[in-house]
Amino acid sequence: MSTKTNTKTFADRFPEEASIVRRAFLVAFVALGLGALFGIIQALHRTNVLRFIPSTDYYTVLTAHGVLLVIVFTIFFLVGLYQWAITRSLDRSPENITFTKAWLGLMSLGSLLAGATILLGFINEIGISADVLFTFYAPLQAHPLFYAGLAVFLVGTWLAGVDWFRTWLAWRRENPDERIPLQTFMVLTSMIMWYIATIGVAIAVLFFLLPWSLGFIETVNPLLTRTLFWFFGHPVVYFWLLPAYMLWYTVMPKIAGGRLFSDPLARVVFVLFVLLSTPVGIHHQYVDPGIAEGFKFIAMVNTMFLLLPSLLTAFTVVASIEHGARQRGGSGYLGWLKALPWRDPAFTGMALAGLMFAAGGFSGMVNAGMNINYLVHNTLWVPGHFHLTVGTAVTLTMMAGTYWLWPQITNKRLYSRPIALGQVVMWFGGMALMSNAMHVAGLFGVPRRTAEPQYQSFSFETVFGTVGELRIQIAVGGALLFLSTVLFLSNLMLSWGNPKTSGLGQTLPPALSGPSDSPRVLDNLKLWTVIALVLVVLAYALPLGSIVADSGLLGPGGNAYPVIVDVSQILTEGFAGAFDSFAEVIR
Amino acid sequence: MHIHKYEKLWFGISLLLIVGFIATVTYGAVGAGIQMVNNDETVNPNALSEHPKFSDPGVEQVGPNEYDVYVIAQQFIFRPGSTVAGQPPITVPANSTVNFHITSLDVIHGFSVVGTNANTMAIPGEVAEITVEVDEPQEYGIVCHEYCGQAHHTMEGVMKVVPEDEYNGSDQ
Repeated sequence: MSTKTNTKTFADRFPEEASIVRRAFLVAFVALGLGALFGIIQALHRTNVLRFIPSTDYYTVLTAHGVLLVIVFTIFFLVGLYQWAITRSLDRSPENITFTKAWLGLMSLGSLLAGATILLGFINEIGISADVLFTFYAPLQAHPLFYAGLAVFLVGTWLAGVDWFRTWLAWRRENPDERIPLQTFMVLTSMIMWYIATIGVAIAVLFFLLPWSLGFIETVNPLLTRTLFWFFGHPVVYFWLLPAYMLWYTVMPKIAGGRLFSDPLARVVFVLFVLLSTPVGIHHQYVDPGIAEGFKFIAMVNTMFLLLPSLLTAFTVVASIEHGARQRGGSGYLGWLKALPWRDPAFTGMALAGLMFAAGGFSGMVNAGMNINYLVHNTLWVPGHFHLTVGTAVTLTMMAGTYWLWPQITNKRLYSRPIALGQVVMWFGGMALMSNAMHVAGLFGVPRRTAEPQYQSFSFETVFGTVGELRIQIAVGGALLFLSTVLFLSNLMLSWGNPKTSGLGQTLPPALSGPSDSPRVLDNLKLWTVIALVLVVLAYALPLGSIVADSGLLGPGGNAYPVIVDVSQILTEGFAGAFDSFAEVIR
Repeated sequence: MHIHKYEKLWFGISLLLIVGFIATVTYGAVGAGIQMVNNDETVNPNALSEHPKFSDPGVEQVGPNEYDVYVIAQQFIFRPGSTVAGQPPITVPANSTVNFHITSLDVIHGFSVVGTNANTMAIPGEVAEITVEVDEPQEYGIVCHEYCGQAHHTMEGVMKVVPEDEYNGSDQ
């Protein structure tokens, strides 16, 4: 991982771009640290192990945990990784690095606005709050700065995509007959998916929620904004996942000592995500009134087909690392597993993340099964599921990927590989405990998103074990996860103190079956975009039309419910006032 | 396009698995008759007091062995259901068919009879209708499973399935 190769690193060849990558990772890791802190507070609070906040503040913690981790951490890591990948694979700088800095700045500003608005929820005297959780369902209403922050952040991500498309187009003018390099292909397809996905949330925020929070419109249609959220809310999970897929496909085979098994199949997988990620969002709304059963059935069928790219990935990734193991002298049906570089935290982290993704895939199939979903909908099963997927498959892969990338973007060695190895194993163990207990508790009917472990008028009945044992598992698992995050961040901080070393560069080998083995149509991005849009229209035109026809764009009436009482006073003070109070807090 | 033979085999098995899942869900819907919450009635959340049923929510016998239950979810109680807040419990006789009609007066709530698959969202403006079969006499908890405000964790209720001979419709 940090052995001398006498090859130039990314930071040697592209110093300015490496600085952009480091800045994006810095924001990602600050969010990761804060998110992990809020995570452990929740785990100890709702299991009643250790409490130092009132239960009403639990939802501020929960909102911050969700938004910081699944929006700020994952997406800032994505833009850093993708900036590295596109620059590296095209061997080309952005057309205008100032533009690159501008979108990173916009994303940071948006995150700061939304993040600060959420955190101000801890201080009741200020009267600003965004305790609306990651899903911000209306008619619960956050402070306008929260929605404005989201909008600024989104625009930043859109411009990042513009930047990468410009780089690719410029490259294509000089290389008209070349296939798109695999990493660039992954970046561009991810961004096409993101553009389509964010149509939903952009409409919800810009046309309804932001004007409504500013008082320009009286009412919103709660089912409409909720449906628009999930239009975005499912594909966003693939926006978290695809950077992990990029690392599994292009970096992991290298670390395992081999090469990617099949470049064409990798392209097929990313195309399938472009096509199928969005027309499935209604599977989050299986038990929503106001959406007809038939539309739910269509979403279910599409969702099941979305298993295909992940199953194909499982094959290709395992085949690639097996190839690597055999290159390293491994043999036998399963004996090759012993030849893998298990002492390398980058490899072990990604392998454990992949293993847990398989488990998360199975619990996801249960969620997707429309009629079984009645049993688990909005129970603790659901966060149990997504802590395996985004919480481990994505997060642990990003951590492991950072260990490999670190010398490439800093020219410095990692402070400690043994600590890093312990860290990834600790994450796996902590999550195994916590997620297992959450799944089981969900089956007993314990709800998600609540501050209290028990209710006054009834108690949860278990089929085996006790609810108390499950709570201990959650608390211990959460503590291990928090400690693992602290180890990850401290290892990086200590690494920053290492001296610069030259010749730490690593190259990525080409695939065994290269791009020339695949039909050129795979690289026809316009075609896939058009088909994806058609599928979205087919899946969403009728349900959205029916919601608007039944109760109107602005809903059947009903009030706004600001998450703090004196929101009107804040509105009169205006944005300037809000900034002043923020400055007070910082001081 | 070159595809390894094991990869083709894996692809085939994957497709079979997917089709199998869709088939079991379809069987659950058509064979076992598990219906999804559908697109039924819309209401104005600010005018529930003028609604023929939600103006006086509760249990009502509609057939020899069938009951309609109208429930309003609101910050932070179920009407009826939230016994801790002075509301009556939802009481139905054993071995009957129960049609829930659930809506919200304010924000989005959840309605879940703990340990069963009676589970739906309560969305202002929409009425969720779910039909369940109750069997043995038993007392169930009800939780709001969607975050609905600072006291969300206090939003709970009770559903009592009582022996047929103890059921007295006039109490409801």
